[in-house]
Amino acid sequence: MTPELGHFALALAVCLAAAQGIFGLMGAQARREPLMAAAPALAVGQLIALGTAFFTLIWCNVVSDFSVLNVVQNSQAAKPLLYKITGTWGNHEGSILLWCFILALCGAAVAAFGQDLPSSLRARVIGVLGASSVGFLLFALTESNPFLRVWPPPPDGQGMNPLLEDPGLALHPPILYAGYVGFAIPFAFGVAALIEGRIDALWGRWVRPWALGAWCFLTGGIALGSWWAYYELGWGGFWFWDPVENASLLPWLTGTALVHSAIVVEKREALKVWTVLLAIATFSLSLSGTFLVRSGILNSVHAFANDPARGIFILALLGLVIGSALILFALRAPALTPGGLFAPISREGALVFNNIMLCAIAAVVLTGTTYPMFVNLLTGEQISVGKPFFDATVLPLTIPLFAAMTVGPMLPWKRAALAPVLQRLWWAALAALCVGFLVGFGVRDGLVGLAFGGAAWLVLGALADIVERVRLFRLPLRESLARAAGLPRAAWGATVAHLGMGITVAGIAGMALATHVIVAVHPGEGVDFAGYHWQLERLYDAPGPNYTARVAEIAVEKAGRRVALLTPSRRSYPVQRNTVTDTAIRTNIFRDLYAAVGEEQNGKVVLRLHRNPLAPWIWLGALVMAAGGALSLSDRRLRVGAPLKAAAMAKA
Amino acid sequence: MAWLGSPLGRRLVLTLPVAVAAVGGAAFLTLLERMKHGTYDPHAVPSPLIGKPVPNFTLPAQPPATTGISSAELVTAKRWILVNFFASWCVPCQIEHPVLTELAAAGLPIWGIAYKDTVDAAKRFLTERGNPYTRLARDETGRVGIDFGVYGVPETFLIDPHGIIRWRWAGALSDDVVRDQLFPLLRGGSGA
Amino acid sequence: MRKKRIARCQPIGALCLLAAFFAAAPFHAARAVSNPAEMLPDRAQELRAEAIGQELRCLVCQNESIEESDADLARDLRAEIRKRVAAGESDKEVIAWMVARYGDFVRLKPPFRLLTLVLWFSPAVALAAGGIAVWFGLHRRPAPPQPLSAAEEARLKRLLREGWGNPRS
Repeated sequence: MTPELGHFALALAVCLAAAQGIFGLMGAQARREPLMAAAPALAVGQLIALGTAFFTLIWCNVVSDFSVLNVVQNSQAAKPLLYKITGTWGNHEGSILLWCFILALCGAAVAAFGQDLPSSLRARVIGVLGASSVGFLLFALTESNPFLRVWPPPPDGQGMNPLLEDPGLALHPPILYAGYVGFAIPFAFGVAALIEGRIDALWGRWVRPWALGAWCFLTGGIALGSWWAYYELGWGGFWFWDPVENASLLPWLTGTALVHSAIVVEKREALKVWTVLLAIATFSLSLSGTFLVRSGILNSVHAFANDPARGIFILALLGLVIGSALILFALRAPALTPGGLFAPISREGALVFNNIMLCAIAAVVLTGTTYPMFVNLLTGEQISVGKPFFDATVLPLTIPLFAAMTVGPMLPWKRAALAPVLQRLWWAALAALCVGFLVGFGVRDGLVGLAFGGAAWLVLGALADIVERVRLFRLPLRESLARAAGLPRAAWGATVAHLGMGITVAGIAGMALATHVIVAVHPGEGVDFAGYHWQLERLYDAPGPNYTARVAEIAVEKAGRRVALLTPSRRSYPVQRNTVTDTAIRTNIFRDLYAAVGEEQNGKVVLRLHRNPLAPWIWLGALVMAAGGALSLSDRRLRVGAPLKAAAMAKA
Repeated sequence: MAWLGSPLGRRLVLTLPVAVAAVGGAAFLTLLERMKHGTYDPHAVPSPLIGKPVPNFTLPAQPPATTGISSAELVTAKRWILVNFFASWCVPCQIEHPVLTELAAAGLPIWGIAYKDTVDAAKRFLTERGNPYTRLARDETGRVGIDFGVYGVPETFLIDPHGIIRWRWAGALSDDVVRDQLFPLLRGGSGA
Repeated sequence: MRKKRIARCQPIGALCLLAAFFAAAPFHAARAVSNPAEMLPDRAQELRAEAIGQELRCLVCQNESIEESDADLARDLRAEIRKRVAAGESDKEVIAWMVARYGDFVRLKPPFRLLTLVLWFSPAVALAAGGIAVWFGLHRRPAPPQPLSAAEEARLKRLLREGWGNPRS
């Protein structure tokens, strides 16, 4: 009975989404208030319907209702409860439903928090969101319906990929999708503005919080995925330039560019055409990336069940959504009035530079990811583009970007001179150079020295902005503190976000110094590595709910004192006939001690031991970045004042 | 380049995004179609050995055969020969076995190489399912397989009367593959 | 649940394929650790062999290099690479040996040839495109104001002399 309720709710959601799209767009076009007012209500209705469908599917998983095909294929009675819940989105059908649910959330969010938008813009934005939802909901209902039944219900399910029975990977999809789908709102704003035919400073102000919110989630989602790869896969890597990772990085890059260029629209009404294009492109990239990886066209292990028929539906859907937005752009963008002028050296100039670098990196990643496909299409040859290519091309592009990242926020608007700003950063530059040289000579690796110097430059430069604003050491301390308290949160948010980037760069640089060793030892034997003594105490079996594990207990000591007790294991899942490694990591925030256990032979077991300096900083930095974004979002200027301005603009 | 700044130029530039998206879309559509028909597989590994002579090797016998195989014999045989890498632990090899039997019955000599298998297991495999192979050898370490560019089993190579590799199929042979790819080569290329 | 084409078998590699069967397999299952017995005694040579291996794709798992992969074939290829490095072959020769057998697909770092020119030049092209966009965006300025007529000049002079007191003049 319950699955049918979910099925019906899904079908209802299709209708509500269609109505939302029609009423929103037609109402705004005809300027009929009642129709325009209906759109937010329909958006909330769609959310309720989809919420019902989504939570019904979760419920079916929780109670192990094996009459539902999706539950049979992905769950089993013995699965722990947490993974029954999170396994709902661990498969193709469930994740599409999650996608649609978040899209409905976006529509309802604009309905709820967009009260201060002019009614026609709000109706159009909600209308565009509704129209986009229709396609995905139809796809969910017809090609990947999670509510299909099977009769008679089998006694137990086939279970889930054991890799997914992990808290990190369980949370990764919702957060990542909140990022991907969240960019639908700036997309809708862009399309709505193009339909309306004008973009002004207010549009920039309205778009930015939504883009920033989605950006925070996307940053968190990518970091979570990378962290999961690090602690799960057993050999210490965290980024592989796999097509699916690139598919998540592309919208992040353009999304970061969007968040920055929207500032210029808001402050100076310039870069309008470019910002609208970025808004459309970011969502288009997140759409294309997610769905094309699933279609199996790209060589990625992340591909879900590959079905070319599904692929055609998805492609048609993408073509409709992205194509109509870009055609609208081609038709309407030329009519947008050009904005304020600015000199090349200025805050706007720095933001333009930021955009150029970020989009250049995005272009390279896009080219590298799709190149094998195009080569195969044109010549039939099969080439591959992997990590060595991306490392060689992307990393050099980050250098000018990071160099400018600290200078930019300190430049005045409209026209500036570079020399005074650079003078104010002298101490940060000096410190960065010192750090760079010390590390470079210390570890005898110029690139690592450069990376650490860059990280120091980013962190100190971000702080330099605050130091300048509060005139630290040039005013009495009390006054500086008062100024600091009075600084807008957006300023703190930007500083924190840029600082976070510096922390991540330091983490990546530290990982370049990681050392590892592979040994085969008997229980009771030990090995000295990286200044520690690693002793394999014992090897034992530990059963779990749906697996049996072989656990190695490793005691790590330094100078006679016990530092950690690591228990890496190998888990065998009988139902899925699969084995998964579980690494053991002991961190003190400055370095990770990392152990993975391998196969056994002649009484000896193979151990892989790592010492990863600064590894946690990679993901801590990402967390700090997201926190900075959230801090910016909490700035009162984004909420207060907008209604007053809107009233004033309406009168003018 | 100044005309790019003109109104017409600007319009043209602003249609670039939709043009790029259209090209991308057309490319993806073509690839999807090809995937459906099996002519595009992002995981396929094309062989660079097509058109090149057979790599040099000598392999010991795999019972029930008493003599092994060497690359020289593939050349001196002066006929079309199918070289098939198989293993007893490989499920698709069992699936393609009937196809091989039919081909052998039709008169095409098939020389089998047991890849990374034990002597007894391979022998048992052939006893249980029948032996379609005219000649048999074993490559226990897989080293000769690497020289052939083998990355899994089963893999089948078609050698022409001059000892040149003309075709490679990775995966289980099926009637369709034999009919659409193998036979045309045998018919069209004989004597070439 | 649709199955991927299972026409292939590889002993441990089968686990890689199994992982790809089941939904949402982001990376591979069974990542057992490689064997210390494989490593070359000479540390410098071992590092060189590892560096070469990291540039070569594992054909079974396909999205890992042969250094990381646990497939049997990867193990065999790692051994082969170490044998050649120990015998004194250069990096280029070892990679050429692999490419002769498995084709360009096995190189994770695409070769620099006519076909991949666009790929390797993409950073430069992207930056150039950005530069051009900025250039002609900057130069799209409104025309400078027309020179003033005699009457407008006189009015301007009067305003400057008398100040802004009477806005209607």
